[in-house]
Amino acid sequence: MTVGIIIFPGSNCDYDCYYVLKRILGVSVRYLWHKDTDVSGLDLIILPGGFSYGDYLRTGAIAKFSPIMTEVKRFADRGGKVLGICNGFQILAETGMLPGALIRNKTLRFICREVYLRVETDQTPFTKLYVPGEVIQLPIAHTDGNYYADSDTLKELEEQGRIVFRYSDPFGNLDEEYNFNGSLNHIAGIVNQGRNILGLMPHPERRVDPIVGGIDGARLFESILELVAV
Amino acid sequence: MKATVLVRLKADILDPQGKAVLGILQNLGYTGVRNVRVGKLIEIELDDSRQEHPESQLQDMATKVLSNPVIESVELKLDDAGVRK
Repeated sequence: MTVGIIIFPGSNCDYDCYYVLKRILGVSVRYLWHKDTDVSGLDLIILPGGFSYGDYLRTGAIAKFSPIMTEVKRFADRGGKVLGICNGFQILAETGMLPGALIRNKTLRFICREVYLRVETDQTPFTKLYVPGEVIQLPIAHTDGNYYADSDTLKELEEQGRIVFRYSDPFGNLDEEYNFNGSLNHIAGIVNQGRNILGLMPHPERRVDPIVGGIDGARLFESILELVAV
Repeated sequence: MKATVLVRLKADILDPQGKAVLGILQNLGYTGVRNVRVGKLIEIELDDSRQEHPESQLQDMATKVLSNPVIESVELKLDDAGVRK
């Protein structure tokens, strides 16, 4: 099992991912520069959070043309698992690998806080170890995390069970007060039709080491890596 | 040749920035303001002699790079060739 973590100019959560995978979960990890084109031997590619290219033009708009993205698409087309966290999700949406777009938070502000998420499905390689309906806590840290898609796309996501995480209250109820960025249908994370690409705005990599106050993100990585028998 | 690219959020997309600007305008007493939408203006200079089809090139740039068709619409204005939507 080897994981590749892409570094775009402006990525800043790459080491958090590296630390969690290498030091906590003991997995082999390789950094990939955005100009690299060799993704051979990888089982999972992570697009980490940050502000690639300073969020110029639109979030993810310039990173999507990085040479490595052509290879990431090919990798995903062959069934390879791809995880986009925060800015990584924004980049995957820009490339069209995931539907919709992440627009400015309804508050117009950068929001950095703990949120409650309702896990919607365990039918993805990323959430096998969660129980549908359970509420977990992860931090968010973004200005553009307000999920938007047209009504046909939303309907498709709902019907195909591709919404993986929703912002909720501590009891799993969908309350607009807890939908801090204003996402449509409270969407925090979705998968593609093939269910091998996950994009989410919250940061699971920041809740794996117990020292930081929570480990709700751990099962996401453990699910993908099949470190724990299901 | 100079081109101006206007990038707008599509009409059905909530524009919190426009809403905030609307709020401050109304607070300041500009009561006649009904709605505000905020977009982007991008100016591009093209070397005419090296462009065979500057218009189609611009259209291409506008939809592939300068805007995200999921949420935005674009309008091109060409200095020398007039206005095209």
